[in-house]
Amino acid sequence: MAEIQIKGVAKSFGSYTALHDINLTIQDQEFVVLLGASGCGKTTLLRIVAGLETATTGEVWIGGKRVDHLPPKDRGIAMVFQNYAVFPHLTVFENIGFGLRMKKLPNDEVKRRVERTAGLMHIEQLLGRYSGELSGGQRQRVAVARALAMEPDVILMDEPLSNLDALLRMEMRAELKGVLAESNTTAIYVTHDQVEAMSMADRISVMHQGRIVQAASPIEVYRNPAAEFVAGFIGNPPMNFLPATPQGGGRWAVAGQVLDGPQTPKALKFAIRPEDLRLADHGLQAVAKVIEPLGAHLLVTCDVNGALFRAVLDSDLSVKPGDTLTLAPQSDRIRWFDPETTRAVA
Amino acid sequence: MTPRYLPYVLILPVTLFLGVFFLYPFALVAKQAFTTGGGFTLDNFREVVGYWKFPISLKNTMLLAAIVVPVQLALALLMATMVNRMQKGRDLVLYVWTIPLGISDLAAGIIWLAIFEQSGFLNSMMTGLGLVDQPITLLGYQNPWLVFAAIALAEIWRATAIMLVILVAGIGLIPKEYYEAAEVFGASPWKRFVKITLPLLRPSLQTALILRVVLAFEVFAVVVALGGTLFPVLMGQIYSYQFDLMNGGGAAALALIVLAISVVFTLIILRALRVPKGATI
Ligand SMILES: Nc1ncnc2c1ncn2[C@@H]1O[C@H](COP(=O)(O)OP(=O)(O)OP(=O)(O)O)[C@@H](O)[C@H]1O
Ligand SMILES: [Mg+2]
Repeated sequence: MAEIQIKGVAKSFGSYTALHDINLTIQDQEFVVLLGASGCGKTTLLRIVAGLETATTGEVWIGGKRVDHLPPKDRGIAMVFQNYAVFPHLTVFENIGFGLRMKKLPNDEVKRRVERTAGLMHIEQLLGRYSGELSGGQRQRVAVARALAMEPDVILMDEPLSNLDALLRMEMRAELKGVLAESNTTAIYVTHDQVEAMSMADRISVMHQGRIVQAASPIEVYRNPAAEFVAGFIGNPPMNFLPATPQGGGRWAVAGQVLDGPQTPKALKFAIRPEDLRLADHGLQAVAKVIEPLGAHLLVTCDVNGALFRAVLDSDLSVKPGDTLTLAPQSDRIRWFDPETTRAVA
Repeated sequence: MTPRYLPYVLILPVTLFLGVFFLYPFALVAKQAFTTGGGFTLDNFREVVGYWKFPISLKNTMLLAAIVVPVQLALALLMATMVNRMQKGRDLVLYVWTIPLGISDLAAGIIWLAIFEQSGFLNSMMTGLGLVDQPITLLGYQNPWLVFAAIALAEIWRATAIMLVILVAGIGLIPKEYYEAAEVFGASPWKRFVKITLPLLRPSLQTALILRVVLAFEVFAVVVALGGTLFPVLMGQIYSYQFDLMNGGGAAALALIVLAISVVFTLIILRALRVPKGATI
């Protein structure tokens, strides 16, 4: 059993605060993805859980035990480092077996586990090589195999697949997810690749400037972003925003259209995903600017009342730049945000 | 100028310099060692090796190196690890520790003589504390082991810093992430030292050890200051062949023997601490 609790963790480097009051509970065997832009504090949080960095304030609990005073090796974790940290003076075999040797496991057990995890990562033919003789992606897989070989209760992975080509990454994604589920491992997985986050996570925890903005299931994060940042960060292309002015009685004026919305007197932002727009007789007047055929769909970048607006439309459609489209938002997919707090308004 | 020849042209000045000031004198010494007025001969070698003081000076030199170098290595590693962990005052400590480097070996020998001689600090202290009634002769023929210990101590004090600076530089180059990875994967501080620091330090260890071992075979001034004739060493023998016995051929032969010993040990160290093929350190 390895539930991870992060309670009120904050971290400052001198005068710079990298993490503000992080609270996150990760269930036993859960797969949580930390998703966020570069520099938002993902690695820092992971290092605090690992024990490589001490939090300025706050507590870390693993498996019902407070661990923030324990050294990394007593926390029952294994970690994949963002910069791999594959030992240059050891062969791939000895790298993967490093932790097992430290645990003084018998030779045949080390061999069995190293060969198994190397097989999972498709690097079994590289076991005799040194780190300097590997490509970046191969080195990264050695780092993952080294962590998996430990069969830990908790595995912390810092962008473990960032250096692989798209095809291999997709394969590894499934492989990794399968192995971890099978071994009942609790995982924290850092990435800034949202497709990876969506496809692997039980829960996505979106970070922004040292804070967790939303922690929810992938579909929830996608459908009901808790804040404007999440809406703009997740989804490719991201959500569209337009200013909305209240007309009273839950009616809102958006780019000359009147739509139903929340009952509040303040000005809000209207938001809709590009794929939730349909061509209709009544709707937002959009002037097409750039048309990008994506195979299955057509991505049309338009101008609505001077604001940038994207729509994903059927690929059969014939549009030219300069055409005016009438786009109707699917009413149950419309979201509203408070421009002052940037939070979602129900 | 084609790029192919450029490197050779660029190293030409240094090569010439070495040729004139090293290879040429070396050839002269070698010629001196292998001749006695007439043609090629090994007589000089036979003479110096057959002399009764040769085995004892060889033994003393080797013994001194065998004691001093490992102690210095251990000390230098310990000190380098400590310096590397320091947040504040690192440079100050390093400066203080390297002060002996700036002192010539003869001066170092004299400093330690001032401690150990009959009217020295150690005797004053012992009489002051009432441990002995009157000053005793510490560095006399009655106490050969004390003479040896004093020389070893002075050598350790004098020349550990040269290893220290090389190892500090080497340790500083090892990326912190390897230690973090080792820590996460269960390595204790000692294991991290043995499994990460030592192997990744191999190039620096090679340099430091070769330098130190070669210098240990050339130990002279400290020995003269503290042991005089009580503790003959190879370099002392070369000196007396050249200047006391006026036997240049003997001195040259002995110098070549010391050179051969140094080369052999250098090769042994290079081999023992080699980086496995393919590993990039
Ligand atoms: N040791 C440090 N000293 C000072 N500032 C630091 C230190 N480590 C991290 N930071 C700062 O903390 C912030 C968060 O860094 P962190 O490495 O956690 O980002 P990240 O989310 O992992 O980014 P990326 O996706 O680029 O890896 C950054 O602004 C970084 O500059
Ligand atoms: Mg990072």
